[in-house]
Parts: sequence; C-alpha cells; structure tokens
Amino acid sequence: MTELSEKLQQLIEKQNAGELKAKDRYEIPAQEMPTQDGGQRRGNMNEVALGYTKIQARLEAMRCLQCKNAPCVEGCPVRIRIRDFVIAIAKGEDEEALAIVKENSLLPAVCGRVCPQEVQCQERCTVGKKFKDPEKSVSIGRLERYVADLAKADSKAPKVASPTGKKVAIIGSGPGGIVVAADVRRAGHEVTVFEAFHKPGGVLVYGIPEFRLPKSIVQEEIDVLKKMGIEIVCNFIVGRTRTIKELMEEDGYDAVYIGVGAGLPKFMNIDGEHLVGVYSANEYLTRANLMKAYQFGKGADTPIAVSKNVAVLGGGNVAMDSARMAVRLGAENVYLVYRRSEKEMPARIEEVHHAKEEGVQFRTLQNPKRILGDEQGNVTGMECLKYELGEPDDSGRCRPVAIGGSEFMMDVDTVIVAIGNGANPLIEQTTPGLEFNKWGNIVVDENCKTSLQAVYAGGDIVLGAATVILAMGQGRIAAAAMNSYLAE
Amino acid sequence: MSFNVLSNQKLSENVFQMDVEAPLVARSRKAGQFVIISVDENAGERIPLTISGANPDKGSIRLIYQRVGKATAQMAQLGVGDALGYIVGPLGMPTHIEKFGTVVCVGGGIGGAPLLPIATALKEAGNTIISILGARNQELLILEDDFRAVSDELIVLTDDGSHGRKGLVTEPLKEVCSRNPKPDCAIAIGPAIMMKFCCETTKEFNVPTQVSLNTIMVDGTGMCGCCRVEVGGETKFVCVDGPEFDGHKVNFEQMMKRMGAYKALEQKALENFKDHKCRVGLKK
Ligand SMILES: Cc1cc2nc3c(=O)[nH]c(=O)nc-3n(C[C@H](O)[C@H](O)[C@H](O)COP(=O)(O)OP(=O)(O)OC[C@H]3O[C@@H](n4cnc5c(N)ncnc54)[C@H](O)[C@@H]3O)c2cc1C
Ligand SMILES: Cc1cc2nc3c(=O)[nH]c(=O)nc-3n(C[C@H](O)[C@H](O)[C@H](O)COP(=O)(O)OP(=O)(O)OC[C@H]3O[C@@H](n4cnc5c(N)ncnc54)[C@H](O)[C@@H]3O)c2cc1C
Ligand code: SF4
Ligand code: SF4
Ligand code: FES
Repeated sequence: MTELSEKLQQLIEKQNAGELKAKDRYEIPAQEMPTQDGGQRRGNMNEVALGYTKIQARLEAMRCLQCKNAPCVEGCPVRIRIRDFVIAIAKGEDEEALAIVKENSLLPAVCGRVCPQEVQCQERCTVGKKFKDPEKSVSIGRLERYVADLAKADSKAPKVASPTGKKVAIIGSGPGGIVVAADVRRAGHEVTVFEAFHKPGGVLVYGIPEFRLPKSIVQEEIDVLKKMGIEIVCNFIVGRTRTIKELMEEDGYDAVYIGVGAGLPKFMNIDGEHLVGVYSANEYLTRANLMKAYQFGKGADTPIAVSKNVAVLGGGNVAMDSARMAVRLGAENVYLVYRRSEKEMPARIEEVHHAKEEGVQFRTLQNPKRILGDEQGNVTGMECLKYELGEPDDSGRCRPVAIGGSEFMMDVDTVIVAIGNGANPLIEQTTPGLEFNKWGNIVVDENCKTSLQAVYAGGDIVLGAATVILAMGQGRIAAAAMNSYLAE
Repeated sequence: MSFNVLSNQKLSENVFQMDVEAPLVARSRKAGQFVIISVDENAGERIPLTISGANPDKGSIRLIYQRVGKATAQMAQLGVGDALGYIVGPLGMPTHIEKFGTVVCVGGGIGGAPLLPIATALKEAGNTIISILGARNQELLILEDDFRAVSDELIVLTDDGSHGRKGLVTEPLKEVCSRNPKPDCAIAIGPAIMMKFCCETTKEFNVPTQVSLNTIMVDGTGMCGCCRVEVGGETKFVCVDGPEFDGHKVNFEQMMKRMGAYKALEQKALENFKDHKCRVGLKK
C-alpha cells in the first residue's frame, strides 16, 4: 500500500507542476478491482466487487489522457461528462466529480456497477485503443461507482419546485420509472409510482442478484424518491387493479409513464421443458433474490430446487447471474451452455470472469435438443448437440450451426432457461388505442410519447431487452417531454 | 395500505373463510379472478387464492382457503386486529359469463369456493344451474347452503357417504350429461385429479368444459413462467392466460407433476412451523 501511495504522491507532484505526460499516464498500471476471494464467495450472497480505495481511484483517474474530443462521452447513452469527472477525481476533488456525474445520471451507484462499459463508454476510450485492449481502457464505470458510493451517507433529495397541481402516474418502479419519477417531481408535479411487486426497484431487486448489486443501494434511491414526496404504491397492477384509462379519467392523473419492463420469459420449445426442475431465469432469480429462497427454512418461506448439477442456457448477463446464483445455492456442478463461442457472449466481460472464478463450467458451441425426466417428472438429464460457427447473421454475429449426429448426454437435475424475454401482454390487453409493434413492444416517438394523448413509455417494454442505462436515458427524455407537455 | 383481517372463520376441519380489507381489489374484481397474498411482507411465500366474494362498499374481499401448508396454517391463526402482509390483484382473466342455457357446476372440496361466484354470475345471466358438490367427508363439505341458493338443482356427495350420496362427483356428472337434452356446458373446479376425470366424463358427451387451474405461482403477472401448463399443445401461463381453460385440452398429467415440485421442502417447512408453534405454546 505504501508503495502505491508513494507512487501516487510522485504523480500528484508532477500533475500539480503540469508535467504529467501521456507517457507517464500510460505507465500507470490499470487498477484491478478488489474482490472477495473466489472460493469464499461461492458460499455467500455478499457483493463480489469491493470498490476502489481512494488511492486506487486517483491512480486510475490519472491514466485518463484528458482527450480534447473525449470520445468516451459519445459511448455513454446519457452523455455523462466523463473526462471532466475523471479529471476531478485525479485532482482529489471527489465531490466535484460526483456533482458532474449526477448532472446526467441519477443512479450512478447502479450504473457504475452494472453498465456494460466495455461496449459503451470504455469501448471508445483512447487509452484502450492505444493498448488495443478495451479492458485496458480507463475504468470509467469503476470510477463512477467510487464517487457514487462516497455520496451514500448524506445523499440528499433534489429540490422540488412549488406545486403545479398536476398529477403524474408512473407504472413500474424499475430504473426507468425511478428516473421519470424524480425528474417529473422536480418540476413540482404530484407523482405516484405504481408497482406490481411488494418491493420497488424492478429488475434491480428481483433480477440482478445481491452479490452484484446490493439491495441497500436500490433502497437508498427509493428512499430519495420518498423524501422528495413521491408516493410509491406497491401491490398495484395497472391493467388489473386499475386500468390506464381509469387512472386518467377517474383518478385525475394528467399524464402517465409506462415502464413495465419486459417480463414474459421465452422458452426453447423443446421436449421436456415442462418438467419439474426446469426454470425460466426470471423464476429462478425472483425466487432467490426477491423472495430470499436462499434463506428457505431459516426465515424465508419460498422454496427453490436443491440441485446437484445445473445447466444454464444462454450467454447474457441473465445467464451469468443464474449460474452464479446456482453456485451459491450449493450446486456441485454448474454448466453454462451456449450455442456460440465465448467471444459472442453478450454478457459483461467482468461477469464472465467472475463466473469462471467461481467455478462455473463453460460449455460453448453446445445447445440442448431435449430434456429428459423420470416418472415423477423430475429432470434427469439433457441431450445436447454440438455446434460450429457459420456465416455472420443479421446481428453481425456468427450463426451457430448444429453438427449432425453430435448428440451427447449431460447429467443434470436442474435446467435454467435464460434466452431472453418477450413483452408482457398485460398493458396491451387492457389499454385500447395504445399502439404496439409486432413483438408486443410499445411504439413511441423521439420524445418517448405513445399513440395515446399524455401517455409516455420507455425502457424494456419499448426497446425489448435493453440495459439499465438505456432505460434511464429514455426515462430522462420522457420526463422532459412530460414536463413540457404539463407546462402547456 | 393495510390489509386488515375483518373476520376469519372455520368452515370445516381444515377450511377457513377470511374477510379481509382490500378496497381496490374489491372494487375491480370479477368472477373467476384471484389474488396473491403473503402473510409476512418480508419473508412470506406468495400464494394465489381465488376471490370468492367481495363487498366494494366495505372495501373487503372474501377468501376461502384450505389449510395445507405453512402459509395457509399461518393464515388460519389470524384474527380480527391482525393483517395480511400484502394482497395483490385482481389477477387472471375473468370468467366468460353469458347465457349458455343449462350449466353443470362441479365443485370438489375447496373447489367450491372459487366456483360459487362463477355459479352466481352464471345464474344472474339467466342460466339454469345444476350444481354437483363433493368432498371426502361431511366435515370437508363447504358452502352447501350457498350453492342451494344459486342452483336450480343441487347434488351433494361424499366419498364415504357421511353426507348426501356416497361416491365421486363424476358419477352424477355422467348422469346429468346423459339426460336429454344434455347440458350446454360444464365447469369443474377442484383438485387436479378430479378435474381430469370430470373432463374425461364430459368429453364422451361432447359437453364443453371449463376448468380453473391451481398451479404453483410466484408473481402472477406473466413474468416468471412458473405457472405454465400445456393446453392444446401450446404453453400457456395460468396467471395471465387463465386460470380458466378448455378442460378437454389441458395436459393434466404434466400439470400434476409440476404441482408436486416442492412437496418435500414444503412438508418440512410446515413441520418446522408446527414444532415452533408447540414450543411457543409450552412457554405460555
Ligand atoms: C437477471 C438480469 C440481469 C441484468 N443485468 C444487467 C446488467 O448487468 N446491466 C444492465 O445494464 N442491464 C442488465 N439487465 C437489464 C436491465 O435490468 C433492464 O434493461 C432494466 O431494468 C429495464 O428497466 P425498466 O425501467 O424497463 O424496468 P424494469 O426494471 O423491467 O422494471 C419494471 C417494473 O414494472 C413492474 N410492472 C410490470 N408490469 C406492471 C403493471 N402492470 N403495473 C405495475 N407495475 C408493473 C415490474 O414488477 C417491475 O418492477 C439485466 C436484467 C436481468 C433480468
Ligand atoms: C388461481 C388459483 C386459485 C386458488 N384458489 C384457492 C382457493 O380459493 N382456496 C384454496 O384453499 N386454495 C386455492 N389455491 C391453492 C393455494 O394457492 C395453495 O393451496 C397454497 O398456495 C398453499 O400454500 P401453503 O403454504 O399453505 O402450502 P404449501 O406448503 O405451499 O403446500 C402444501 C401442499 O400443497 C401443495 N400445493 C402447493 N401449492 C399449491 C397450489 N397452488 N395448489 C394446490 N396445491 C398446492 C404442495 O405441493 C404441498 O403438497 C389456488 C391456486 C391458484 C393457482
Ligand atoms: S453511465 Fe454507463 S456508459 Fe455512461 S459513463 Fe457510466 S458506466 Fe459509462
Ligand atoms: S477517452 Fe479515455 S482517455 Fe480520453 S477522456 Fe475519455 S476516459 Fe479519458
Ligand atoms: S405466476 Fe409467474 S408467470 Fe404466472
């Protein structure tokens, strides 16, 4: 540690003298994220990544070349002034850094943890380009998390303008809904957030596990909303408890934001998918996270399969989360079965690394053909096919092609299907006049306005499965449009 | 919002009737819909229960439930002054109510509870109602008087003959279907095995039959897929596509297997709960 702080001291002196050159910056080693030990964390739900120390954060920030054109900013969906906040950290002005981040992002502690930085801000970073390795880019996400976490203790609620007498309903309390609620409330409108579950937070609480995003962080953001005077009504399903029409015509809401997320898990449509022990990732993760099934019999009442050998199907974040959860729930072997190669996996690189460290066994270029069960309907195995990569498809990724006659058996008792979600039809079924596309996603214009007067939408229900930051970005656009609509 | 218990009454050995405050649900619910409740907001299991009646003026709904596991055992202990952790709903598609002509309503055990509001709505729509109510024994038979009030004809049976006819509901169902004219349609609600055999019976006579499925659920909004069943070869989600389906198309075998998924774990939870209760009792 002293070595690091000495090094930092020298660099600071150089920096203050205006003599810190690009060459010096390149020589600063990329700071590794301190993590819980791989073996130890297999047995607990605590957060894996522990966060930079102050020294590490400053060293990492000094790696930034302070590029004039700051290409990184272009890669951030909400255009955080990355260069400026990183410079502030390098100077030791953490509070200033946080203020800059907060101008554009309302949930930096969340985004710093879960953004797929390597395909967003960090993909464009000049330092990463220089080393021809995006993993060598300035760790923008980690720095964002560092400043966001400092703010925790005294996170204050933003100022609210004087009451306008207008009422806004937000449907769904995921990242999109949270952002819209805050932005619309700031303009002085009365805001109610309706959430179907008994806890607010959307995917941030029921999907993304504690070990990746502690629930206390999400709760703090929800508490800020409450401090701002936003009412959060849980156990309320719009479309069933009240329809959008009723909210607007009978309950006096002047505008509505729909942020209900994706929902509706996809299955593979193969034999055996109805067997006991076949889960959608949504079910597996909801049981484990929201319903705390990992404490079954020790305070929580929701059961989950006690598995020995688990196969997780898919290669995205949801698949990684499911696999790592299965490890923590005590499975001896967890296989991640993906039909392309590791290079094509859409998961965040960090999650792939963490999954491997925790002992998840990657079975790439394989895909199930059918799932087998016993008399009682329990899973006893999975027949798979081997694949090879063919020509690139529309998405630009190589198309996986099954190798004829390559069938083999995998010994598993649990199968978790993590191949994506379709759109939940509940709002469509209960909201006449609202326009949807053929996949069941809500159609919006560039202001996130839907085909209905005063009704806006964003996040996964508009984009299909997206990301936290994209949902937030749309939330900001919608909120701005709603505020100007309500001001008319 | 608090979901205060207004009354909680024992209907038979293991069947209870609870009136509980849930004003929003009471206002918008329709026959055939259900709620998901949890006894404990933080750690309780989410369990689906049919809304068997509602009083929108009082802002209350009626739940009739059988004590089978930990959650329902906890519910049975509640009284006036207690509250449920939460109630969410109404969930599921309402029953399609129209004037069909003559409708046979078959209720097995606790199935009578969800069946009653449907029979009532069908009666109000001008149908002739023939109800068949069955239970293992007299102790477990519920809602006989309520059914008598909405039915043009009521047949009551118990497996052991302790009350009404001795036998299974499929016997009188077969007789009713053999009449001329045969009934226009049937609704069967009860244990999966009973619904399965009712459907086999009505199929012979080509009497269209609705069933209300009681799969295991988590969210109840179509998000988790836990409640999936195969209906006519397609995957359906009971919580959003149902709970009622064309019984002649339901894959009951598969559904019954899925319902047993957590039997062992839940048995243990119930035993622990009972143990705990005994110890609490001893301290007093
Ligand atoms: C397991 C998992 C891991 C992920 N990992 C990442 C990651 O690492 N990085 C990343 O950027 N993204 C990740 N994502 C994707 C990201 O979480 C989503 O894109 C994002 O949460 C979408 O936000 P949203 O605002 O659309 O709403 P959601 O977060 O989907 O929340 C919608 C909310 O609306 C509620 N709701 C639904 N219907 C109704 C109704 N009718 N009435 C009232 N309430 C309703 C739901 O209960 C839910 O709480 C992950 C997703 C999952 C499932
Ligand atoms: C749409 C719907 C409506 C329902 N309406 C009613 C109702 O009006 N009254 C009523 O008493 N019950 C109803 N049920 C069933 C009720 O949800 C279960 O009895 C309840 O979940 C049991 O919870 P528990 O914790 O007490 O028992 P658990 O410990 O969860 O289970 C005890 C035993 O019951 C079995 N079981 C678990 N879940 C169910 C289930 N969903 N259905 C049947 N058996 C199950 C288990 O396999 C186990 O053997 C309904 C179910 C659905 C899906
Ligand atoms: S919000 Fe995401 S994309 Fe934007 S700077 Fe932060 S980590 Fe990068
Ligand atoms: S691109 Fe990289 S080096 Fe350049 S300003 Fe952004 S973070 Fe700094
Ligand atoms: S209960 Fe989750 S999808 Fe039906």
